[in-house]
Amino acid sequence: MEFNNNMPIYLQVIHKLKQDIVTGKLKLGEKMPSSRDYSNELGLNFNTIARVYKEMEMEDIVFTKRGLGTFITESSEKVENIRLEMAKELIENFINGMLQIGFTQEDMISFIKKSNKK
Amino acid sequence: MNQILEINNLTKRYYNKTALDDVSVSFQKGKIYGLMGPNGSGKTTLMKVIIGLHKQTSGSVLINGVPLSYKTKASVSYMPTENYLYDSFKVKDIVKFYQDMYTDFRTDYATKILSDIGVDLEFRVSKLSSGLVGKLKVALALSRDVDIYMLDEPLNGVDVLARDVILELIVNSYNENKVIILSSHLVSEVEKTLDHVVFLKNGKLELSGDAEDLRLQRGLSIENIYKEVYK
Repeated sequence: MEFNNNMPIYLQVIHKLKQDIVTGKLKLGEKMPSSRDYSNELGLNFNTIARVYKEMEMEDIVFTKRGLGTFITESSEKVENIRLEMAKELIENFINGMLQIGFTQEDMISFIKKSNKK
Repeated sequence: MNQILEINNLTKRYYNKTALDDVSVSFQKGKIYGLMGPNGSGKTTLMKVIIGLHKQTSGSVLINGVPLSYKTKASVSYMPTENYLYDSFKVKDIVKFYQDMYTDFRTDYATKILSDIGVDLEFRVSKLSSGLVGKLKVALALSRDVDIYMLDEPLNGVDVLARDVILELIVNSYNENKVIILSSHLVSEVEKTLDHVVFLKNGKLELSGDAEDLRLQRGLSIENIYKEVYK
């Protein structure tokens, strides 16, 4: 995994994991590697991964079973919410970018339709 | 107590040159620290004071709450930046030497990681490439069972692939009860490995902070913050 050092690394790992959950690469209820194994795998510091799991647990994306490890949420509703959240963020970025180069909302919509036809 | 190493108002002068100027900084266990700064900023001097090779002019250094003495020396494993290994030794002789020298040396661990990173015990030091020497030095330092590891420029003179191996060794040796302090001016290469960065500038403490918090607050990589601090 490649990282952009200008952004906190734990946020980038969270983003990647959310993508994997949404696309089904990580299944509902799947067990995650331990912080130690995962940090070795990504070549990152142990505390970075500990932070990833802590943040994701606070957002209810993963949960821990004492002594067993960290698991992906079992709620498909939660996964749908993550998907919508990510979509919203992408759309917002897109709209802001388009506004900056002088597109109106209507222009954007017709532009998307046109781009789609090819 | 999470604080493993505490440095208070440390000043070190050589004749009329001030190498460290009123530096206060503390180190907590379970973290990897990067001691950053260009050549001559005081990184090596700080390490040498902590290991007891130089005596401070004023200020104090506490290891687990105890002031520096011959006793605290035993809890620090120090890797100098120079190649200090005897040319005529084979790798196995060096391992034997460490085993005789340090009661805390974990021979099994050393043997295992040396084979993992491709350093053959039968190699002779004079025949090793600088990449292998770099890997060997770091592996030896990390094979001691101590509270504090200090690695002075572990990536110096080492090729890109060997750098990755060395950083991996450092990450893998993470232990929640220990602290690893490494100095480097290759900021972009080490920044992913670090929890916390300490910037020294002309012997003064310029900045000390959690790496992720700094990225979040400033929207910049540690490398770019480094460039701002030292430009």
